[in-house]
Amino acid sequence: MDVFLTQILNGLDKGSAYALIALGLTLIFGTLGVVNFAHGALFMIGAFCSVFLQRLLNMSYETIDPTKTDFLGNPAVVKTPYVESWFGPETGAAIIDWSVPLAVLFAIPVMIAIGFIMERGLIKHFYKREHADQILVTFGLAIVLQEVIKALYGANPIQTPAPDSLSGVAVLAEGIVYPVWRIVYFFFSVVVIGAVFAFLQFTTFGMVVRAGMADRETVGLLGIDIDKRFTLMFGIAAGVAGLAGVMYGPINAPNYHMGMDFLVLSFVVVVVGGMGSLPGAVAAGFLLGILESFASMTVVTEIIPGINQIIIYLVAIIILLVRPRGLMGRKGVME
Amino acid sequence: MLGLGKKDTSLLLVVVALTMLAPFILNPFPSDSAMAQFNAGYPDLMQRFVIFGIFAIGFNILFGLTGYLSFGHAAFLGVGSYSAVWMFKLLSMNILPAIILSVIIAGLFSLIIGWVSLRRTGIYFSILTLAFAQMSFALAYSVLTPLTNGETGLQVNLDDPRVLGVSATADGSIPVTNLFGLEMRAAYDMAVGPWTFTFSAGYYVCALVMIAAFYLSIRIFRSPFGMMLRAIKSNQTRMNYTGLNPKPYTLAAFVISGMYAGLAGGLMASMDPLAGAERMQWTASGEVVLMTILGGVGTLIGPVLGAGLIKYFENIFSKINDTVLHSWFAFLPDGIEDFFVSIIHPFVGKGWHLTLGLMFMLVVTFLPGGLVEGGQRIAKAFRKKEDDKPKSPSTEPAE
Repeated sequence: MDVFLTQILNGLDKGSAYALIALGLTLIFGTLGVVNFAHGALFMIGAFCSVFLQRLLNMSYETIDPTKTDFLGNPAVVKTPYVESWFGPETGAAIIDWSVPLAVLFAIPVMIAIGFIMERGLIKHFYKREHADQILVTFGLAIVLQEVIKALYGANPIQTPAPDSLSGVAVLAEGIVYPVWRIVYFFFSVVVIGAVFAFLQFTTFGMVVRAGMADRETVGLLGIDIDKRFTLMFGIAAGVAGLAGVMYGPINAPNYHMGMDFLVLSFVVVVVGGMGSLPGAVAAGFLLGILESFASMTVVTEIIPGINQIIIYLVAIIILLVRPRGLMGRKGVME
Repeated sequence: MLGLGKKDTSLLLVVVALTMLAPFILNPFPSDSAMAQFNAGYPDLMQRFVIFGIFAIGFNILFGLTGYLSFGHAAFLGVGSYSAVWMFKLLSMNILPAIILSVIIAGLFSLIIGWVSLRRTGIYFSILTLAFAQMSFALAYSVLTPLTNGETGLQVNLDDPRVLGVSATADGSIPVTNLFGLEMRAAYDMAVGPWTFTFSAGYYVCALVMIAAFYLSIRIFRSPFGMMLRAIKSNQTRMNYTGLNPKPYTLAAFVISGMYAGLAGGLMASMDPLAGAERMQWTASGEVVLMTILGGVGTLIGPVLGAGLIKYFENIFSKINDTVLHSWFAFLPDGIEDFFVSIIHPFVGKGWHLTLGLMFMLVVTFLPGGLVEGGQRIAKAFRKKEDDKPKSPSTEPAE
């Protein structure tokens, strides 16, 4: 039973990442009809937002402390981060410690702006072109973004640790010990997903967007500038991917190709959930995450070796063949 | 000639001339000059040019003619490499049986994957092929380790049986790949004045294979079968209404292009008898897409040009480091020199992928027909003549 619960927990944190990325992909696909291969890169940029903030907060000035000497006998150089001198040592240290959660606040405007620029600057010109062209140009963009980050931050992973108070393990029940941050990540993703759904469901803006997803032309005929709203949705989708990346940093140290690693799986998730279906993307994300963690149990891998490596792809292939629309796909979308 | 039209014959002759004279053409700089690092005429790189040329020609038969965008073609290349290395381990170091086996195995493999994937079109097809390729990659890395040797990659060893050959040579080393005794790594250096030209047996074997592959692709493009594939690309629904079933045609195209990939994989293993799983990764599949698009999808010569260009950049561009840049701008005052170097630095050396990505985006956005379309446009501008020749084929996928 304990093993069972642990596997579900294991699946949830990976599943949360899949669900968040797939949600953004589906938002873009459902509104603008664009297949965005650069979405993984947005996830990666989100993760590097927290790297950037961490570096920024750790910027420090050097003072010479005459009372101490270093091992060569010279007066020791003490580095004091600016935030500590501004807010006092304790508050400053706490701010640095909490740099990843703070990066969430920082990443939201940055990611929305990046999404905005991407849509207006590039994707806009590809609405009328074939899906293959959209795939190709966003694939090229993904390479470019990845290389820019590599040029700026190098090829090695950069640690972005979680705050001390959230980095330990929690004893959930007898025999179930689980890292706190992964639980935080799960709840965070639930909140983000809930917020996106609430935004679409309960605001007038969201209502118009949903109407546009169902029938773009009619909404346009009613005199509503749907393109403007869709551009904002692209920004929100980029924001969701970025937030997923920010919070994923402590689980997996950000590196420049983490986006590509997640991209392929997120596409599979979207297809399993059903192209254009938001609940489908979320459900499929969690489902495949949990399925993957169950498949990597030793009991299972003893029977079918290697199943943990391929289970997601296998499920996707079966789903596409027997239920081409995906789990919750709407009729008439990409058929 | 050979059942080709006049234009195609001259195109084929150009390709033959280019590949046969490549050791000269790619070595324009004397071997001890400062520009010698831009010489691409060494066997290893020339072999890669033609091998990836074959790969891209094959990919173009699928994507260029039918419009089905496969994101999993590297899987077939990987399978081809593995089967060739197994032939070297079990049978002999002769490359002929190895290449034949790799083509056959890749063909079978693509038959299975194609039969499943081609039930869907458009983006779903791309994702299905991507899923299959990633699955093969994951399997090659983990469970199939007895077959693929996992992360280390499959290599030939001294204690392999090699029933038709020898396990080890007289001096106790691993025998080298050969074609009926002609060693693949045999090379002849010709020195002409300050130039050195290397003629490698391996390169010429690859080049001959590529010419044959190119000839075959011309024949496919011009055949009724090729017309049928184009019909699938332009309007599959209409084709259905005329009572034709497009499935066998697309499947045939998929298998043919899979076999081309297998051939490329087999040749790759023949030049350097090892095979690794990273050849199957989806980024490798992405690379062949880049090559085909960059050169000109749906054109005959485009994929070859694209493959050559990308491989040239990968090997030559990535070698330009700061020292080289400084020597280029040495004539400028120091401050300006550093400024130029720091501007160009991110785009060369390790950052050459950035240049590639930018170039690719520009081509997709402004020049959907790739380099071939660019060449045609320039030629047209020079001629200043209004001819109503249709533009190079567009890249519409099948829906």
